[in-house]
Amino acid sequence: MSVDQVVVLGVGMHPWGKWGANFAEYGVVAARAALEDAGVSWPEIEFVAGAETVRNGYPGYVAGSTIAQALGWNGAQVSTSYGACASGSMALDAARSRILAGVCEVALVVGADTTPKGFLAPNKGERGDDPDWLRFRLLGATNPTYFGLYARRRMELFGATVEDFAQVKVKNARHGLANPNARYRKEVSVDEVRESPVVSDPLRLLDICATSDGAAALVVCSTEFAQRRGVADPVRVAAVSTVTPKFPNAVIEMPNFATDSAVAVPPAPVSFRDSIARTAYEQAGIGPEDVDVAEVYDLSTALELDWYENLDLCAQGDAERLLRDGTTTLGGRVPVNPSGGLACFGEAVPAQAIAQVCELTWQLRGQAEGRQVEGARVGVTANQGLFGHGSSVVLVR
Amino acid sequence: MTTTARVPAIEGWFTLDDAAPRLLGLKCGECGTVVFPPRALACPNPACPATDLASVELSRTGTVWSYTVNHYAPPEPYMSPDPFVPYAVAAVELADEQIVVLGQVAGDPSTLAVGAPVEVVLDTLFEDGEGEHVVWKWKVVAGEAGA
Repeated sequence: MSVDQVVVLGVGMHPWGKWGANFAEYGVVAARAALEDAGVSWPEIEFVAGAETVRNGYPGYVAGSTIAQALGWNGAQVSTSYGACASGSMALDAARSRILAGVCEVALVVGADTTPKGFLAPNKGERGDDPDWLRFRLLGATNPTYFGLYARRRMELFGATVEDFAQVKVKNARHGLANPNARYRKEVSVDEVRESPVVSDPLRLLDICATSDGAAALVVCSTEFAQRRGVADPVRVAAVSTVTPKFPNAVIEMPNFATDSAVAVPPAPVSFRDSIARTAYEQAGIGPEDVDVAEVYDLSTALELDWYENLDLCAQGDAERLLRDGTTTLGGRVPVNPSGGLACFGEAVPAQAIAQVCELTWQLRGQAEGRQVEGARVGVTANQGLFGHGSSVVLVR
Repeated sequence: MTTTARVPAIEGWFTLDDAAPRLLGLKCGECGTVVFPPRALACPNPACPATDLASVELSRTGTVWSYTVNHYAPPEPYMSPDPFVPYAVAAVELADEQIVVLGQVAGDPSTLAVGAPVEVVLDTLFEDGEGEHVVWKWKVVAGEAGA
């Protein structure tokens, strides 16, 4: 198994914020940091896997080559992937596949974004064939609209309360206090969450993640390459899951107007979101009981609770108990979002799944200063992009 | 006031029958799968080879799966009234079709509840020089609202 493995040799980020610079600038900073961390020079990189941003014009559509050019053309082969919030995992998967196939030994994975203020909006123009445009036009269905629907459903089915949701924010805000890459590093109280303006009832402003600028990068390579560099015990990429839903998907997903109809085929026993991590666990040959730390996509506070169940960290309906008893807080059995999560970062779409891998790499190396999960050896990420993109990565050391 | 033309905000997704409007979907003649909106290129059931789907009217009534009330004006292309008015969006289960369909909510959102029975109505989405653009919305069935 050790021969056929891909390892994370270096990680790097540009801090999240609202800087207003060109996305490629952030990408270059993150890439250089990852290269330095790996001890690899840029000309050595054989493959660049970029994660695309759709909000920065043509250079964003070809993010891999934009950032490669900004670093100085080195002749590397290149790809750019798009899977909305899952783009980073797709880029990692492209690099990992090439390394596993033996056609390249060392690759750079990079995602960067510059986001406008406020709601993420569809691209401009009259685009009546685009469901993402139509959901805004016909329904005013912003992303938080869907988060609000899920949150209320959770309250109805499992007795979640708005205080539970606020406690997720309180936890993540505390986790992110010492994270130098986090945009928000400030304690937040339940009252502050509850007194923030309602966005999509029952969710308030502080229940919902901001949109941010930021970048994250990885240098990944074969085990042999790492050994030649004298890295004996690197963090290994044990799984990358980029699954799509199985028909009929019975949960309403962005940017859809409706679920699949289950009239001809009963819904799969494993839901789409459940299948994302399950596929990763199977690939890695581990189970949820092996997980020491998780980074999940807390687009809203309530969604983080959903992920506990989707990751099989607990049974359905048990997430609030896990939160309340401290299991998912630093110091608990399986801390979730020790980085501070999206609550502290805000969303920089193409960088986010890569940032999750950066955090887990630091955690597994014991380098997550001020937020370290003691003795962490196995980490899992979970995220989901609109239009049916699952994303989960398992790292082990 | 001059008479304004009533135009559907989108063509072919619902009937313009004011008394009893219906959402328009597609139905697969082979496996019975229903699709909304009526835009599938083929049957979405991966086990079904059918490519020929027929237009079908969806159930007029359903029950609320979940709902939310939006208090911030969405960005374009949403045509927000000025001043902005909060609006509710509901996800509604249609039992016969076993599908959940989104829609804005017509009328008072305070009567909404998960499980509440609702029906399809036509309502104004926005008005411009072209006329009154109407869209389907969900409306709580009077007298049967959930607790």
